[in-house]
Amino acid sequence: MTKKDEAKDTIWSRRDFFSIAGWGSFMAALGLSGAFFTRLLFPRVLFEPSPIFKAGLPSDYTVGEVSTKFIKDQRVWIVRDLEGIYVIFGLCTHLGCTPRWLNTEAKYKCPCHGSGFTKEGMHFEGPAPRPLERLKIELGPDGQIIIDKSKKFLWEKDEWGKPGSKLFV
Amino acid sequence: MSAKKPAIPSLATLVEKIKSGEFFEEIQKQVLSSQIWTSTFRHGYADTPRNRVLQIASNVWLHLHPVKIHRHALRIKFTWCMGGITFLLFLSTVVTGVILMFYYRPVGEYAYFDMKYLQYDVPFGMLMRNMHRWAAHAMVITVWLHMFRVFLTGSYKPPREFNWVIGVFLVTFTLLLSFTGYLLPWDQLAMWAVTVGTNMARATPFLGHEGPFQEYVFGVSPRYDARSALIGGSIVGPPALLRFYVLHCIFIPLVAGALMIVHFWRIRKDGGISGPL
Repeated sequence: MTKKDEAKDTIWSRRDFFSIAGWGSFMAALGLSGAFFTRLLFPRVLFEPSPIFKAGLPSDYTVGEVSTKFIKDQRVWIVRDLEGIYVIFGLCTHLGCTPRWLNTEAKYKCPCHGSGFTKEGMHFEGPAPRPLERLKIELGPDGQIIIDKSKKFLWEKDEWGKPGSKLFV
Repeated sequence: MSAKKPAIPSLATLVEKIKSGEFFEEIQKQVLSSQIWTSTFRHGYADTPRNRVLQIASNVWLHLHPVKIHRHALRIKFTWCMGGITFLLFLSTVVTGVILMFYYRPVGEYAYFDMKYLQYDVPFGMLMRNMHRWAAHAMVITVWLHMFRVFLTGSYKPPREFNWVIGVFLVTFTLLLSFTGYLLPWDQLAMWAVTVGTNMARATPFLGHEGPFQEYVFGVSPRYDARSALIGGSIVGPPALLRFYVLHCIFIPLVAGALMIVHFWRIRKDGGISGPL
């Protein structure tokens, strides 16, 4: 077989170069198209309720109280202790029902399978495998509490002390 | 020109031709030697081994099927015909599904009422919807029984191990077809079943925002993860309905259909249906 076509002083022969360039362009186009399609699957605007809402002034909440003001509309309890305010997500960690806050017994009780949680959200009875989740809380420029339900703080990941998990007032 | 004009036969000769059968033989001869016929069916009807092979091998639809099959492959006690029944049920869902698509709109405002309209007002709509539903349920059952039979008869062993893997993909796509179709009636059962089902996608390794190793993947959050890509948002809403509709009617059937072609062709290439033990 003749080597006439192959240049001696180059890395690739002309044939190799065009082959690599052709396949390279094809694979690059395929890869980019895949990346574009993946990005296309995530719209910029979601037409659904915002996970962020305002919950009034910190002075609206008294120390030692579990506020059930937002459980129906936003599925959260707002709890104030001596240090500050935190938000508990009203979703049972067993199978996802909404527990009830029982003021006389000072616990959250799930009506589905009987899981019980302390005022802080720690699980102590029933089948729930982990504590209730806490949500992001911060103070807005107008002095109102802003709650972001898309950011969770999990006890089992040691996140209850993280910034944003509690509003110190 | 006028000299070559064929003579119009008299009624008497025509009746005579019909009575003797000569008339039909002429028509048959003309049809069989026409270009349309010979280009469609490229071989004769002669019942010879060679011609039988040609009938299968020269037809794009039949060539997936083996030219010859073993006698044992026809025994219902050996195969249960489960693969064939599964394919028949798949074809039923395709036909009835396409018919349902003439009325069903995958839009939040319309989907539920279109389903009700199909059931209670469209002529034969109830029949089509229930055929689609029951064929789908039955397909899930028969595909598992087919897999069970293949396992019991050891038909997954070499040289058929490649086809076993294709089959596992086909089981998965059968289940995904069922799951995506479950949302389309857009009632409470559909909503919550799919809410629970897609919540599992949160735990996808690497790509789910609550899954293992997600901290090593850049940009994974509740807003950008496997679950939100599947349902087009954070809740099962109208975008999820549209996505599931496209997956159910276009994407999964195309992929499953392509895999079925490979699956059936490989049976032939791997030496036909496996022999009795």
